[in-house]
Amino acid sequence: MKMAARVIDVHKDYVLKGGVVVRALRGVSIDFPEGDFVAIMGSSGSGKSTLLNLLGCLDRCTRGQYLLGGQDVSQLDDDELSDIRSRNLGFIFQSYNLIAQLSVVENIELPLYYQGNISREARERCVQMAEMVGLSDRLDHRPFQLSGGQQQRVAIARALVNNPHVILADEPTGNLDSATGEEIMQVLEALNAAGKTIIMVTHEPDIAARAHRTLRMKDGLLDAHTPYGALT
Amino acid sequence: MGSRFWQTLRLGLKSLLLHKLRSGLAILGIFIGVTAVIWLVAMGEGVSYQAQQQIKELGANNIIIRSTKPPSDVTRGGGFIIAYGLLRDDYDRIVANVPTLVQAVPMREIRKEARYLDKVTDVRLVGCTAKYLEMNNLRISRGRFLSDKDLENADNVAVIAGTTAQELFPYEDPIGQSVQVEKDFYVIVGQTEPKNPSGGIGGSMAAQDFNLDIYIPLSTLRGRIGDQVVTSRAGSREGERVELSQITATVHDLSQVDETAEVIKKLLARSHPNVDYTIVVPKELLQQAEVLQMMFNLLLVLIAGIALLVGGIGIMNIMLATVTERTREIGIRRALGAKQRDIVSQFLSETVVLSATGGLLGVFFGFLCHPAIVGTRAVMRQLFPEVISSLPPNIQQLEPRIAPWSIVAAFLISVGVGVLFGLYPAQRAARMDPIEALRHE
Ligand SMILES: Nc1ncnc2c1ncn2[C@@H]1O[C@H](COP(=O)(O)OP(=O)(O)OP(=O)(O)O)[C@@H](O)[C@H]1O
Ligand SMILES: [Mg+2]
Repeated sequence: MKMAARVIDVHKDYVLKGGVVVRALRGVSIDFPEGDFVAIMGSSGSGKSTLLNLLGCLDRCTRGQYLLGGQDVSQLDDDELSDIRSRNLGFIFQSYNLIAQLSVVENIELPLYYQGNISREARERCVQMAEMVGLSDRLDHRPFQLSGGQQQRVAIARALVNNPHVILADEPTGNLDSATGEEIMQVLEALNAAGKTIIMVTHEPDIAARAHRTLRMKDGLLDAHTPYGALT
Repeated sequence: MGSRFWQTLRLGLKSLLLHKLRSGLAILGIFIGVTAVIWLVAMGEGVSYQAQQQIKELGANNIIIRSTKPPSDVTRGGGFIIAYGLLRDDYDRIVANVPTLVQAVPMREIRKEARYLDKVTDVRLVGCTAKYLEMNNLRISRGRFLSDKDLENADNVAVIAGTTAQELFPYEDPIGQSVQVEKDFYVIVGQTEPKNPSGGIGGSMAAQDFNLDIYIPLSTLRGRIGDQVVTSRAGSREGERVELSQITATVHDLSQVDETAEVIKKLLARSHPNVDYTIVVPKELLQQAEVLQMMFNLLLVLIAGIALLVGGIGIMNIMLATVTERTREIGIRRALGAKQRDIVSQFLSETVVLSATGGLLGVFFGFLCHPAIVGTRAVMRQLFPEVISSLPPNIQQLEPRIAPWSIVAAFLISVGVGVLFGLYPAQRAARMDPIEALRHE
């Protein structure tokens, strides 16, 4: 089976002022096959976001190895990691994280812009993405003119525009009411059905239940009893 | 790459327009700095141009020797008559002993009253030779100037200057009329064109106003008036005896000026134990003026530089605030693939837009320097005429001259200031940890 991402014995230490070391990840190993849909759960401070940031190439592990689409990215420098983010990864955040002064299309366009791809085709692709999440009539709106659910749809369109290997979502429904959260989950499920690999952090068991499998984290480790659900 | 550049610039412009007041204030700082550079340099250039014109009018090839009253009472002669200054013998000695001279023009000037019928006016009575006209760049408007023959015969002829003519002959042609000075009458043979007075140069050379002159042959002046001038003041009589007020020596080539001045200095020192004369070398003045101008320009640039520095600090301040405010945005951009240099160029483009806008506005207002100064002066003259007339003439007549280099320099410096002061905030933005930036509220 082709792996979208592999994490091998990854450690992450934060050294605080005064030399105190916080061991946020203490040796995590896990494989994400292509087409996987994983929910990561665990108590607050257990290291979920830390793991997701490593997977998202926003940070580097202190020790261990991370393979993204077969490429070892654990030793890349800042510029190379930026490149990987703009080409191979899609982010969905709890608080949407749209840029306020940009319109819907311009927000969707950002990953392409940072790839250096500013063409008419790029713009067209952004419009297609907006259509896909049902916002084709809001292209020139600004984020504050949209509801929370609509903003999260823009964020999803933005996460998809560069056709990434993996989509990373940190509590994507955390700020939404259950009906809107449900809509967002339907969009994610549709994406997964179309073959996208999705890794999602959540606190809500019924959201986690929508994934193929659930990983549990505790004190910087994956819970040994985590059931590895079979891929459908 | 080109479209990326425009994209970045457009983005910068857009976020600047979000904070119009703030951006406007940042621009204002740079704008004032650039305008200050251009205006100050223009005024400096104007002053120096004026000074150089005045010095050139004295003639760069000339060496001017003037009689000056010595400070103490160590003078020739006795009694209440003070004798000092250049002698006719000095003139002869200079002509005989200085081979590099093309010519030497002697002159004697006295303040007198001139009369015609019932009209009286104060004049400068100048005894001179035929060469005096050309040497001072004077022009004849009517009749002729004094001739060598007038001098030989010591004729009672006179040439009068514009203002004198207006005072004495407001409605008549002065040519052929007789003007009276003391007890003597002089037949007017010519009139000179009006001329702008030359400003005083340093302390050694008082301002010369040629418009109140009456020129008569030097020999006539000697015969009719003599060397001695006696004035009664407050009951006591005092007088002075001066043979020549000034000798203007001219050399053929500029390179001979210094050496010739040296020779004349030595020559005069032999017969004048007390220094009762001054040697003015316009060429030296010109060089001094140039050095002075350079120092002045340097000072102006320093002042303007401080203005620009303050403008730059203003920009930096605003950009630091912007960066802090937009931490979240920076985090988002980084997460979506922006490299550090993308963030740097994003914020730098904003500062450059700010500073270049300020620079362009400054250049535009820089060009308004001349009308602004002339206009202000006109208004001031209307409102406070006594203030204006109390200013030194070179300020009253100052015509700012915009130096092209100052425009280019001011603009480039303003953009440079933008880059320099934008770099730190931009780097600070770029070096933020993306995760922390994303977490920022
Ligand atoms: N930048 C940092 N510096 C120091 N310690 C950190 C840093 N980021 C995270 N930590 C620590 O690492 C541990 C894991 O944090 P993490 O954010 O991954 O938790 P989480 O599982 O996402 O929690 P939550 O459910 O509350 O979001 C915590 O103890 C946290 O205090
Ligand atoms: Mg978290």
